[in-house]
Amino acid sequence: MLSDKDRIFTNLYGFQPWSLAAAKKRGDWDDTKAILDKGRDWIISEVKESGLRGRGGAGFPTGLKWSFMPKQSDGKPSYLVVNADEGEPGTCKDRDIIRHDPHKLIEGCLVAGFAMGATAAYIYIRGEFRAEADVLEAAIAESYAAGLIGKNACGSGYDFDVYVHRGAGAYICGEETALIESLEGKKGQPRLKPPFPANMGLYGRPTTVNNVESIAVAPTIVRRGAKWFAGLGRPNNTGTKVFCISGHVNKPCNVEEEMGIPLKELIEKHAGGVRGGWDNLLAIIPGGSSVPLLPKSICDEVLMDFDSLRAVQSGLGTAAVIVMDKSTDIVRAIARLSKFYKHESCGQCTPCREGTGWMWRVMERLVEGRAEKSEIDTLLEVSKQIEGHTICALGDAAAWPIQGLMRHFRPEVERRIDAYKASAGKTQAA
Amino acid sequence: MSVHVIATGESFAFTPENEAWAKTQLAKYPSERKASAVMPLLTRAQEQRGGWLTKEAIEYVADYLAMPYIRVLEVASFYTMYNLKPVGRHVIEVCTTTPCWLRGSDEIVKACKKTLGIGLGETTPDGEFTLLEVECAGACVNAPVAVHNGAYYEDLTADSATKIIEALKRGEAPKPGPQIDRQTSAPVGGPTTLKATTGGNA
Repeated sequence: MLSDKDRIFTNLYGFQPWSLAAAKKRGDWDDTKAILDKGRDWIISEVKESGLRGRGGAGFPTGLKWSFMPKQSDGKPSYLVVNADEGEPGTCKDRDIIRHDPHKLIEGCLVAGFAMGATAAYIYIRGEFRAEADVLEAAIAESYAAGLIGKNACGSGYDFDVYVHRGAGAYICGEETALIESLEGKKGQPRLKPPFPANMGLYGRPTTVNNVESIAVAPTIVRRGAKWFAGLGRPNNTGTKVFCISGHVNKPCNVEEEMGIPLKELIEKHAGGVRGGWDNLLAIIPGGSSVPLLPKSICDEVLMDFDSLRAVQSGLGTAAVIVMDKSTDIVRAIARLSKFYKHESCGQCTPCREGTGWMWRVMERLVEGRAEKSEIDTLLEVSKQIEGHTICALGDAAAWPIQGLMRHFRPEVERRIDAYKASAGKTQAA
Repeated sequence: MSVHVIATGESFAFTPENEAWAKTQLAKYPSERKASAVMPLLTRAQEQRGGWLTKEAIEYVADYLAMPYIRVLEVASFYTMYNLKPVGRHVIEVCTTTPCWLRGSDEIVKACKKTLGIGLGETTPDGEFTLLEVECAGACVNAPVAVHNGAYYEDLTADSATKIIEALKRGEAPKPGPQIDRQTSAPVGGPTTLKATTGGNA
C-alpha cells in the first residue's frame, strides 16, 4: 500500500482547512519561484520523465502535451484550460481536490501555464459544483492577494491570471473542444480536429486542456522530482491516482493509491470489501461509465492501470470503480448508462444523436427480454457503426458499455429473452 | 426536441448589484470576446428571476453582450441548468444515474414523490417545490444524492430524504453533505489513509 508520505493529496477528505495558510503547511506554494527559475524546458522534461499520463480518462502523456505549445510567443495570448467539468458517472475526485486542496490546483496552473508559455488559465467547473466553485474562487482571491498569481507571480517576473468559469449542466463539455466552445459562449458541441487546440484553441489561440488532477499533481512532481513519481506504480503507468469506489461496497470512498494496485486489494483495503464478500461480486466498471465492465473472473486478478485494463478490453478512464454485486440487474445497470448517453449527446453527429436513442430503446426492451435474440447482434452492429464515426468520443463511450455487457453477459440477456417468450406463450395459452 | 420560450410581458433588467457583478464577469475575458460571459450572466439572470428564464431575460442578456438573440437562446436551451419554464422556490434534483441507482435512488425518488405529492418534472400546485431527475451529480461515492437549490445532500435513505423535504416545507435549512456519520468522501468509520491528519477542522 502507498504510504502517506508518498500521497500528494494530503487533505483529500477535508479534515484540515483548504485555506492558503493551511495549504502552505502542507507544502503548497513552497518557493514556487525556484521552480519557475529552472525554466520552461526543465519543467516539461521533468513532467515527461515522471511518466505522468492525463488523469481525465484518455491517459495521454501530460509533459508531451505541454510540449506541443509554441516555443516562441508571437506576443498574443495563449491559454491553459483546466477541465473541471467532472461528470463521468462514478467519478467525483476533482470535486475533492477543488473543495479540499484548491491551492494544489492553482499552483499547478501557474507551474503548468508557465511551462507551456500560457498567459492565463481558465478553470471550467461544472455548474452544479457551486460550493466547490465558491471555495476555488476564494482560494484564487487569496493567491492574488498574496502575490502568488497575477502580475509578477511569486516574484518570478511572469504575469499569469487564473479565472473560474462555471458551466451549466452538460456532460459533453468535458470533451476538450466542446469545453472550448462553451467557454467562448456557445453550445458545447465538439470541434473537428485538426486543428488541435495546441495550434488553434480558445479564441483561436494556442491552448492546452488538462484535467484537474493532472494539473494539481504537477507542483509535487517537479518539487519531489520525476524519479520519485516514476518510482511509483509500474513502467508507463507511473505515480499515484485518486480512485473513486462506488456502488456495492461496504464503505464507498475516494482514496489516493499507487497506480497498478490490484483491483481486489483496492476495494478490500479501502472500501471495506464488496457487500456480502468478494464472492458476492458480479461485475465492476473499473474506470467510469464509458469503459466496458469486467466480470468477477477478471476482477480477481486485474491491476488498476492504463495498460493492464486495456489488456482486458476495458480501460482505466477516470479510475472510477463502480462495483456491482450479485443482486444487480446488470442489464438495467447498463441500460441506465445508455439513457445517460442519450440524454448527453450534443446532437451534432447523426450516428450519436440517433444511435444513442436507438440503443437505449433496444436496451430497455432487453431489460425485460422483450426482443429477438438476433437483435443482440443488430445492437452490437449498430454500436460498431457509432463507434469511431463521430467527431468526439461520446459515441464510443455510449457503445462500449453495451459491447462490454454482451461480451461478458450475453447468456443472461438471452435467458431473459427466453423467459419473456415462455411467459408470453403462457399468457396466450391462458 | 422542441424549445418553447415564455414571454411574460414583464421587462427584465439586472439589479444594480447584479449589474456590478456582471462587469466583474466580463473582466475575465478579452474585451472583444464578451460572449464568453453568456453562461454566468444567464445563470445570474435566472437567479434574479426566481429560478427560470423568460424570453425577456434571454433578450436582455443578448443585448447586454451584443449577441444575436438566437445565439443566447441556443445556449439557454442547450444547458440543462437553465429552466425555460417556471419552477418552484425549492428545486429538488434527484440523481438516478447508475452509481446512485445501485445505492437505492429508486427509493429516494419514491420518497420524494410521496412527500411532495408530485411526479418527476412536476411542480406542486402552490408553486413551492419542483422535483427533477438529473444525470450524474458527480458525488458517486456518497450515493444516493439529491440536490436542493444547489446544496448537495448525500448518503441518503428514503427516511432521511423525507425528513429533509419536510424540514424544507417548515422553512428550515437542513445541513447539506453526508446524512450519515461520515467525513465527506472518506470511508464510513474513518479513513484508511492519512490518519495523522484527521484532527483538523472536521
